[in-house]
Parts: sequence; C-alpha cells; structure tokens
Amino acid sequence: MIQTKRVWLKNSLMIGLLGLVAIGINVQAQQSKAPIKIGSTIALTGPLAATGIVHKIAGEIAIEDMNKRGGLLGRKVEWILKDDQSKPDVARTLYEQLITSDKVDLLMGPYATGAILSAMGVAQRYDKVLIHHTFGIPNQAKYDKQFPTWALGPRPENTSPSILFEAVATLPNPPKTIAIVTSKFPSIYFMSVGAREVAKTKGLKEVLYLEWDFGNKDFGTIAARVKDAKPDMVWIGDIGAEGVQLLEAMKKIDYSPRIHTHIYPSPGLMAQAPEADGAIAISLFQEHPPYTSNKGAAEFVRKFHEKAQAAGLPYPLVEVQAATSYSAWQTLEAAVIATKSFDDATIAKWLKANKVDTVSGKLRWDGENNYGDDLMRVAQLQNRKWVMVYPKNVAAPGVKLEVK
Amino acid sequence: MPSLNLLIQSAVSGVLLGGLYGLIGLGLGLSWGFLGQINLSHFAFVFLSAYLSFELVTKLGIDPLICLVIFPPIFFIIGVALHWLIRRFQITPFNSLLLTFGLTVIVEAFIQWIWTADFVKLQTSYGDKKAEVFGIYLPFAETMGFLIAILVAVMVHVVMKYTDLGKAVRAIAQDPKMATAFGIPQKRISLGIAGVCTALAGLAGVCLAMIYTLNPSQMYTWIGVVFAVVMLGGLGSSFGPLIAGIVIGVSEAITMVFINPSWAPIVSFSLLIALLLFRPGKL
Repeated sequence: MIQTKRVWLKNSLMIGLLGLVAIGINVQAQQSKAPIKIGSTIALTGPLAATGIVHKIAGEIAIEDMNKRGGLLGRKVEWILKDDQSKPDVARTLYEQLITSDKVDLLMGPYATGAILSAMGVAQRYDKVLIHHTFGIPNQAKYDKQFPTWALGPRPENTSPSILFEAVATLPNPPKTIAIVTSKFPSIYFMSVGAREVAKTKGLKEVLYLEWDFGNKDFGTIAARVKDAKPDMVWIGDIGAEGVQLLEAMKKIDYSPRIHTHIYPSPGLMAQAPEADGAIAISLFQEHPPYTSNKGAAEFVRKFHEKAQAAGLPYPLVEVQAATSYSAWQTLEAAVIATKSFDDATIAKWLKANKVDTVSGKLRWDGENNYGDDLMRVAQLQNRKWVMVYPKNVAAPGVKLEVK
Repeated sequence: MPSLNLLIQSAVSGVLLGGLYGLIGLGLGLSWGFLGQINLSHFAFVFLSAYLSFELVTKLGIDPLICLVIFPPIFFIIGVALHWLIRRFQITPFNSLLLTFGLTVIVEAFIQWIWTADFVKLQTSYGDKKAEVFGIYLPFAETMGFLIAILVAVMVHVVMKYTDLGKAVRAIAQDPKMATAFGIPQKRISLGIAGVCTALAGLAGVCLAMIYTLNPSQMYTWIGVVFAVVMLGGLGSSFGPLIAGIVIGVSEAITMVFINPSWAPIVSFSLLIALLLFRPGKL
C-alpha cells in the first residue's frame, strides 16, 4: 500500500516536472518566435498628411494594445509603416514592397480612397486580405478579400444625404430650398451628385449648384453666389479646409447660412473657426455615450488624447477618422484570434460570416462589395466640439440639433 | 443672369486675389528676369514666412501688421545667403531650378515637422474687419494685401527706372560682363536683387497668413497660377505681375459667376496660351 503510494507520488512528481519543462519549452519557443509583421502605408507627408497623422496614432495605440495582450497568437506584432506621400501611385509601389521585399504576414489599409484603391489592386494580385478604414466609394471596392470599417453602407450617395436631410427636416422651421456646392474631389463629388437626387425626393428645391476643383483659392465668388441665391440650407461638399474657407469667405461678405452641412471637413480646423459653429456632418463616433460604451472605446479615447496632445494635434479628440482606424485593427485582431490563423483565405472567410465588435459599433461584411450596415449618423459642431445630434438614440445627453 | 451686386462683388474678389498673385509673382519675376534664376523656393519662403507669422501672432501675441516689418529683412538675408551659395558653386540656371525645388521640399518638411501637416489658421481681429461700400464688401486683410502689392510695385518701378541702382540692375541683366567692365559691382548687386526678391516672398507670406488657412503642401497649388502671372506680366517687370494677376483674378471670378468655379483654373493657362499664340515676342 505504502509502496503504491510512493509510486503514485513519484509518478505525479515526474508528470508535474515534465509539465513544467513543457511549459518552459513552450514559453521559450513562443518568445523566440519571430514577430508577426503587419504592413501598411499612411499619408505622412503631402496634402492628406493632416489626417494621416490621426491614423498613425490610432495604429500605434492598436499595436501597443495588442502587444500588451501578448501579441497575435503568442507572437509580438510589428507594424511596418511606410509614407505614401498622399500619392496613390506611391502607395501601390510600397504595398508591392511590403509583400515582396518586407515579406509582411498581413496587410492593413492606407488612408484615403485613392491610396486604398491602389493597395486593393496589389492585395488582389497577391491574394491578401485588406482591411481598410477610409474608403469612400463602396461601388469601386470589387475585391472579395477587402473589408471596410468606414461603415457607410453600400450606397452612401443616397443614405448619407438622406440622413442629413431627415435631420434638418426635424427643425422647427425646416428648409425648403437648397444650394449644393461641392469640391470635385472623387469621394466627395459622387456624394454631392447623390445629394441632388435625394434633395428632389425630399421636396427640397435646388436654387444653386456649383463645383470647384480641389485646391481652389477663390472662395469669395462662390460665397457671393450662394448669398445671391438665398437658399434655406447649403450642402457643402468639402474635404479638409475647403468648408472653413468657404464659411470665412461668406462671413467676409456679411453672410452666414442658417443651415450648412459638410461631408468630410477637417474636424480640428472646423472646431477652431468661430464661423463654423453649427456645422452639420455625418459621423459614426463622437466622444460621448452611447459611443464610449462600445468595445474598447473608453480606453482608446483616453490613450488617443494623450498621444494626440503630445503630437500637437489641434483637435485631440476621437471622432470618425480615429474610430474607424482603430476599428480596422480591432477587426484584424478579432479575425486572427477567432481563426487562430494568419492565413488570408481563412481570415477572409471568417470575416464574411461574422460580426466584429469595435469602437465604431458592430461591423459586418456580408453585403454588397463586403459592405454592411450604414452606421453614419448626424453630428454637429456645438461650442467648438463635435457631438452627435441625430437620431435621438445616439445623440449626446441633453443635446439636440440647433440652428441660428 | 447674375445680379449686378454679385458681379461687382465677384470682380472685387478677383481684383483682391489678383493683387496677391501679383505680390507673390513680383519677386519670382524679378529673380527670373534679372538673375536668370527660376527660383522655386520662392513659394517655400512665402509659406515659411506665413507660418512664422502664425507662430509670432499666436504664441507671442504680436500684431500681424508688425510681422510685415519684421520678416522682409530676415528673408532678405536668407535670399542673399542662398544666392551666394548659387554663385559660389557656379550653379547653372537649369540646375538652380533643381536646387530650389529640392530646397522647397526641405522647407515643406521643416514646416511639417514644426507645425505638423494639419491646417492652421491665423485668427486675428483683422479677419473680421471689412468695409461696405454700396452693398459691396471689402475685407480688410485682402484689401491690405492688394494695397501692399501696389505699393511694392510702385517702389520697384521707381527704383528701376529713376535710380542709378536700377540702371545698374538693368545693365547687369542685359550684359553682365560689359556691366562689370564699366565698374558696376555685379556680385554685390545680384546678391542684393536676390535678397529683395526673397524679402518680397516674406512680405507676401504675412499677407497670405492673414487671408488663408495654411497647410504645408498648399505651396504647390500656387505654382501654376503664379508662373502664369509672371509670364503674362513679363520677366523683370515691376507692374506686369500685378496687372497680370488682376487680369487672371478677375477672369477667374467672372468665369465662376457665369459658368462654374471648376472652370476657373483653366482661365490663367488659356490666357497664357493665347498670348503665346498671338503675341509670342512678348514673353
């Protein structure tokens, strides 16, 4: 009996020791594993760099967070980031390099529609998954292994103007006439063209339609034409500083539109410009409930503030750009963990069949061109801060759409 | 049919913008005409001056009008130093184009490093000031920029036409060797011209900062139209760039009124091509 007990103890000890050795070997093996390389470009210089820096910060936070959690499938994550200089052709070359020369394991999308379209072509050639965060023309996203986190649905040229017009229709004195003025920047222009059609269906009479080239310098004449047309609301199809430049030009001729909507304005510049207060735009994230309850949002917001302030960003708050960027990284991490694989085909198959919880909300990719729900809602600049105002279920507590 | 008020307001907007085109183009044209240098870094210096104005006004609370006095002498020294380098290494006019383009890229990177690539806007009380004359608005900053452009053009004209220095500059431009043989200090004068041209860039930068939202890469969007202004106005001409600037500015504005703003950029180059076709000797 005693001998049996001794044998049992001896065996247990041996098994325990073996187990410890095995764990040790496993840990050592994992530590010695090469890091998983994720490659991408961002516009760090050139005209898109102002927003590119937001995506760089969001990506850095995501990488730090992943590595704190032990990396991906036990391997540290290394982000190989290159500067595409805001040029789609440079992005194309750099994505080729990332795959063939840097031999990255996974790809992440660049910033802005043109660069993403270039990267998509390369990803398709090498059959790689491309999760991307800022693609503005869904009907151009034909590659079946591309997955957007800029959740504007498959038909933003209809849905985005629709929700904006629905929002302004709730005002006590809703607009009856509209001036549509727009940049010819690709991802903006098609939305403004869509807005013309949607405006008709909403009973808004178009009193002026103007287009300008990206890089236009004289907004004085455009402002004068808008003033002359006397619209109830102005649809400003703008990107970057264009919206603020137009509003400044309007102020200089003593005109201030009662209602003005924007597409992709520079959030920081808008927040700094007094004449931009009251600006209305589409968005899928602002720093207040219910958005801050989304998965990882509160923590991301805190970290983003720190890094954005250190980088000297004029608007160090999380809004749509930062949120969709971080969501892309969350999506990649979720897919790798769920499939326990770095294989592109496996990840793509999983993403098409599953939803992912992100700071932007629940995302899915089972619709047309891998687009899912349209999560864009209506935000307004109030007292120099962007807040959601429409619909009520996402509006910031105690806040509603206001006009002069 | 646009209203009369709209037409006049647009024309005024075009004239004021044309003044800025002329102010930026004047320094470029003088450098091209008298030194034979196509100085692309002129645009970089305009933007550097604009960002320095932004810094001084925003951080130190200095009145932007004081920047108009501070920056031209600083940029004069920069211009002299750059030209000294070009002369020292005997850089040819074509190579100076490459050199100054490289310098532009470096200055852009420097601006981006210091002030980030994000948009910045110089917010001053002058931004809200405007005068109303029979329902037509004259914004203070734009009007001031236009008046400075006229003043500078007049000063350059007077110096070039009525002073010994002006005669010496013109002699150097025509035949540098002969001018030197007659005792004209060619080196000193060409350094001075380069300094003045860059000082004008510094002056234009302050005006630009008071009017526009700034972004480092925007410096490239000015190159096409300002080159058209310089070529239409004539290389080395004092009033030419200002007049050409106004012509282009007003033509663009009227195009915006009658057709569409997206057609405006075509105007400056159409005018340039027309001039090349019908009056080729004038360029």
